[in-house]
Amino acid sequence: MKHSNIYHTARKVLIYTMLTIVAVIVLIPFYYLILASFTDTTRLFTDGLTLVPRWDRMGFFNYARTVTDREGAYWAWYKNSIQIAVLFTAGGLFLTSMVGYSLATYRFRGRTFIFILVLIVMMIPIEILMLPLYNLTVKWRIINTKAGVILPFMVAGNAIFFFRQFSTSLPVDLMDAGRIDGATEYGIYFRIMVPLMKPAFGAMTILLAMMSWNMFVWPLIVLRENWNFTIPIGLASLLTPYGNNYALLIPGAVLAVVPVVIVFLFNQKSFISGLASGGVKG
Amino acid sequence: MSSRTIVEDKKLAGTVKRFLYSQKVAPYVLVSPFIISFLIFFLVPTIQTINMSFHKVISLNSMEFIGIKNYTRLWNVHFFNAIRTNTIYTLICVCTMIPIPIILSVILNDKLIRGRNFYRSVFFIPSLTSVIVAGVSFRLIFGSLPNALFNWLLSFVGVEPVSWNMEYWPAMFIMVCLALWRVTGVYMIYFLSGLQSIPEELYESADIDGADSVKKFFHITLPLLKPTTLYVLTLVIFEGYRMFGESYVYWEENTPGDLGLTITRYIYMEAFRKNDMGFGSAIGITLLCIVMIINVIQLKSFGLFRKED
Repeated sequence: MKHSNIYHTARKVLIYTMLTIVAVIVLIPFYYLILASFTDTTRLFTDGLTLVPRWDRMGFFNYARTVTDREGAYWAWYKNSIQIAVLFTAGGLFLTSMVGYSLATYRFRGRTFIFILVLIVMMIPIEILMLPLYNLTVKWRIINTKAGVILPFMVAGNAIFFFRQFSTSLPVDLMDAGRIDGATEYGIYFRIMVPLMKPAFGAMTILLAMMSWNMFVWPLIVLRENWNFTIPIGLASLLTPYGNNYALLIPGAVLAVVPVVIVFLFNQKSFISGLASGGVKG
Repeated sequence: MSSRTIVEDKKLAGTVKRFLYSQKVAPYVLVSPFIISFLIFFLVPTIQTINMSFHKVISLNSMEFIGIKNYTRLWNVHFFNAIRTNTIYTLICVCTMIPIPIILSVILNDKLIRGRNFYRSVFFIPSLTSVIVAGVSFRLIFGSLPNALFNWLLSFVGVEPVSWNMEYWPAMFIMVCLALWRVTGVYMIYFLSGLQSIPEELYESADIDGADSVKKFFHITLPLLKPTTLYVLTLVIFEGYRMFGESYVYWEENTPGDLGLTITRYIYMEAFRKNDMGFGSAIGITLLCIVMIINVIQLKSFGLFRKED
């Protein structure tokens, strides 16, 4: 009996030690970034950055540069990112939910075929479509615009897939009840079904908003001018072979992620179900 | 307009409305956003990519047919380097991004662990970052100077400072670290939801048989997690072969020895920097073939198609 007690305690200590080590490793990049954002970046590479803050060299001066550097372009990027996230998410939610709902609740010719097409879209790397899509945005004159960033990927396959899976559990009897009451098919969807799909909308709001907030490859190609950049593209533009503008890069990176982390801390459930449903990549 | 045509117009409008609102047509209207998006932004571009890969693309409207010349040009050292980098990267990802999340999820699924929700949230937070934001921090941590964090830590175990972004294997290491840091939390959540579907009774009867936790892990947990593991495996391979950002944040331009050159970066470089759309398309089609072959092998060998019926 005593032997097994020691064994259990040792095991517990081992597990908690491991969890704590992993947690520290996970948090260090955040800590390091925030620490660097308050440190004089000109001395960052000569003096190095110790894990213990050196208060005498710290201050808000880097953050002040997000306003002054490049005539305040950083906040223009911020505004662009927010606008794109709102439009992308709103449009995406509206369109993908309809498609997913229809695929799950109606029996119509071609239903399986369309669902297979959705799966194929999810399985094909968008990177191979970059070139013709780029040509398309040039032809449509939406290169270097928000529409160019948003339109090609707004009807996202993974969101359709999620809405479709969720909608299979909707009470189909309500559709017949609605029809008897004289509601149209669209009335049934918007008035009866959409309210029932609230949890799915919550999860997908997070997925689509995060997708667009962190989107990288496609905006890198479409957005051509400094003032139209989103945050990731703007930050990437500061990484040049001729010396990196760390004084703007580091606080810029912090300001891009800290609000998201704060929102996450208050909505953990929907974040986890949203992001885990689609696999976010940027 | 005479009153008659107005009546007819109204009739026609009524018919159209009845048609669009009928139970037969409504589902098609509802799926139409996907159909339109699929045609414009997917099917047509795919065909165009295939088409361009057989042409020398001079401008948007002028192309010259050159047969398979773009494909024969793929037989070069840069492309081989890119494929090699992607393949090694993907293999390392498979070996780390599956075991680590499994172990974490098994631990955090144990109801006796206190603070498991806290740890879950902490492990999940990195997936909120974009690859660029994470990359800025990782560039600092993996700086080449002796007093950059990772080199500083290594000095305690007597390792000389490493130029992380100047040599092949260190470069591979920092790319995998960045990716691993960002996805572990998400994959852990997948495995946690997989664990939830394993019936508790199985463990109870194993307890009665006197199985220890190692045995239970290998004989119950792992086999029953197989569907989740396969799903994650598919994702890891898929993301591995299309990797772009994890390399771009460390090397924004070409590097000597093609450090961090991946297939997607090769497309980007040839098509957008050197303006050779035809050749870029040929690389893209090759990437597509690689991904499709892997997908088909996986779907075939694990019978995922049958499950869908």
